[in-house]
Amino acid sequence: MRSPVISRARIATVLLFALLALVPVYSTLFSAPFYLTLFARVMIFALAAVSLDLVLGFGGLVSFGHAAYLGVGAYAVGILAYHGVDSVFVLWGAAILASALVALFIGAISLRTSGMYFIMITLAFAQMLFYLAVSLKAYGGDDGLPIAKRGTLGPFDLKSDVQLYYLILIALGLALYLGHRIVGSRFGRVLEGAKWNERRAVALGLAPYRYRLVAFVISGTVCGLAGALLATLTNFVSPSYMAWTRSGEIIVMVVLGGMATLTGPVIGAVVLLVLEEVLATLTIHWMLILGPILVLVVLFARRGLWGWIAGRHG
Amino acid sequence: MAELLAVSGVTKRFGGIAASDGVDLTVASGECHALIGPNGAGKTTLISQVSGELKPDAGRIVFLGRDITREPAPKRSRAGLARSFQVTCLIPSFTALENATLAIQAKQGHSFSFWRDARNDARLIGPAMAALSRVGLDARAGVPVGALAHGEQRALEIALALALEPRLLLLDEPMAGMGPADASRMIALLESLKGSVAMLLVEHDMDAVFRLADRISVLVYGKVIASGSPDQVRADAEVRRAYLGEAA
Ligand SMILES: Nc1ncnc2c1ncn2[C@@H]1O[C@H](COP(=O)(O)OP(=O)(O)OP(=O)(O)O)[C@@H](O)[C@H]1O
Ligand SMILES: [Mg+2]
Repeated sequence: MRSPVISRARIATVLLFALLALVPVYSTLFSAPFYLTLFARVMIFALAAVSLDLVLGFGGLVSFGHAAYLGVGAYAVGILAYHGVDSVFVLWGAAILASALVALFIGAISLRTSGMYFIMITLAFAQMLFYLAVSLKAYGGDDGLPIAKRGTLGPFDLKSDVQLYYLILIALGLALYLGHRIVGSRFGRVLEGAKWNERRAVALGLAPYRYRLVAFVISGTVCGLAGALLATLTNFVSPSYMAWTRSGEIIVMVVLGGMATLTGPVIGAVVLLVLEEVLATLTIHWMLILGPILVLVVLFARRGLWGWIAGRHG
Repeated sequence: MAELLAVSGVTKRFGGIAASDGVDLTVASGECHALIGPNGAGKTTLISQVSGELKPDAGRIVFLGRDITREPAPKRSRAGLARSFQVTCLIPSFTALENATLAIQAKQGHSFSFWRDARNDARLIGPAMAALSRVGLDARAGVPVGALAHGEQRALEIALALALEPRLLLLDEPMAGMGPADASRMIALLESLKGSVAMLLVEHDMDAVFRLADRISVLVYGKVIASGSPDQVRADAEVRRAYLGEAA
């Protein structure tokens, strides 16, 4: 039943990261900084999508408000930077802490519901945070808040786009590794078992709520880090980071790439954002093309694009 | 014999129907207490109230001297109550071994362990395989539940309950839907467990009931209409009319 040692999944993962690692080389050689920014953004959303996959794919919990953590992480960085904090360590640390606390609060309440109610309540919380950000006139309100400068983190000087790019790549790689450890651990097995058959889990003496809440907090925290990276990359935070359409996009990345695969959502993020870029240059009605593509993938690939790439054992 | 479980005055209504209507029932430690009754009598409803899946409208449930009437199901399970379901309730996409492993995880305490690979953990695999071999499923450990035969799924139900090493097994029609060969294997298994673990056994198969039970209670329309030794119940006129006669 075990997958072969050098599985297609492993080869595909190595290839994917190799390609991502080569983007700065390409963009420097051909002086195309556009690609550097595009793929830095792609990886940040991939990080958010991987975090969502933990609760959506493995926990069966359809959070329709994950953009909230992106926003909380970004605003933590933006607001502290506005007040003169320039240590990246402090900025990102604050983003992680803030998003963990917000996820704990939202999760503790939302996880008391299930199904459609869960979807709606996570959406409602995200909308509240969206309007809170809009109402923060001191921090730019609707217009958002520029961040003056980037600092340094250990050996990394974030003023260099290339160094920031590699830092994001490392964060994504670590998150994927962490994710794979978690889903294979005792904790992950309970999370997944309760997804398939909650009644059975309860009968065995496993109370799903606690496990789901911890998964929700881990997920929100990683997504908050993605938000901090996004704020750092764009030198800007805005309520639009928390728009409900953003939450929807992250869900699409997970479903497109393949739920409960972790690496699939990275592919989902790459494909969705690159397609968006490409189609948007062709026509302003790109959504009309993208929509049917998504429907086809969801209809014909149960485990998303990753199911095709990695085969049965992925 | 020390009393393990005491159910008193338990009542549960679904709309107009009293599925449990003032049920009194005890299980002594090591005892096999069979609960029989016609379809819709309220047997499953009673099991679910003891396991904690349903909360009674009235009455008390005491387990190991502690009032557990309001305790949530997982806590009861950790205290030594394990149930099997009338309609097979397994994790379909997991293998037999993975199902058993989850039970062992529950038995070993909390599962807030995030790093170590549970699928290669000898402390889990060993006891999980032992639970499977108790019901003769060790050779089928790697098979996903969806690909197991019905009889094997029923056996896995029991293996999961046994893996918890409970004080009291709540068995809701363990032989449901089984062919004669599987059923006699199951009876032999339950017979081998007799004495080492107490059982509250719901079963329609009268041969099995009379072979296994130390005591039998008859439930009709949510009420216990008779309770006693197998011989007493067999002789009870009301039981014959309400149930055994019907079945014959
Ligand atoms: N969740 C529920 N909602 C409404 N009515 C229910 C529910 N569960 C059981 N009932 C009703 O309660 C009564 C008892 O049902 P129960 O399943 O406990 O019977 P049973 O003795 O286990 O029957 P069987 O031998 O068919 O398994 C039945 O009339 C049933 O329709
Ligand atoms: Mg029943």
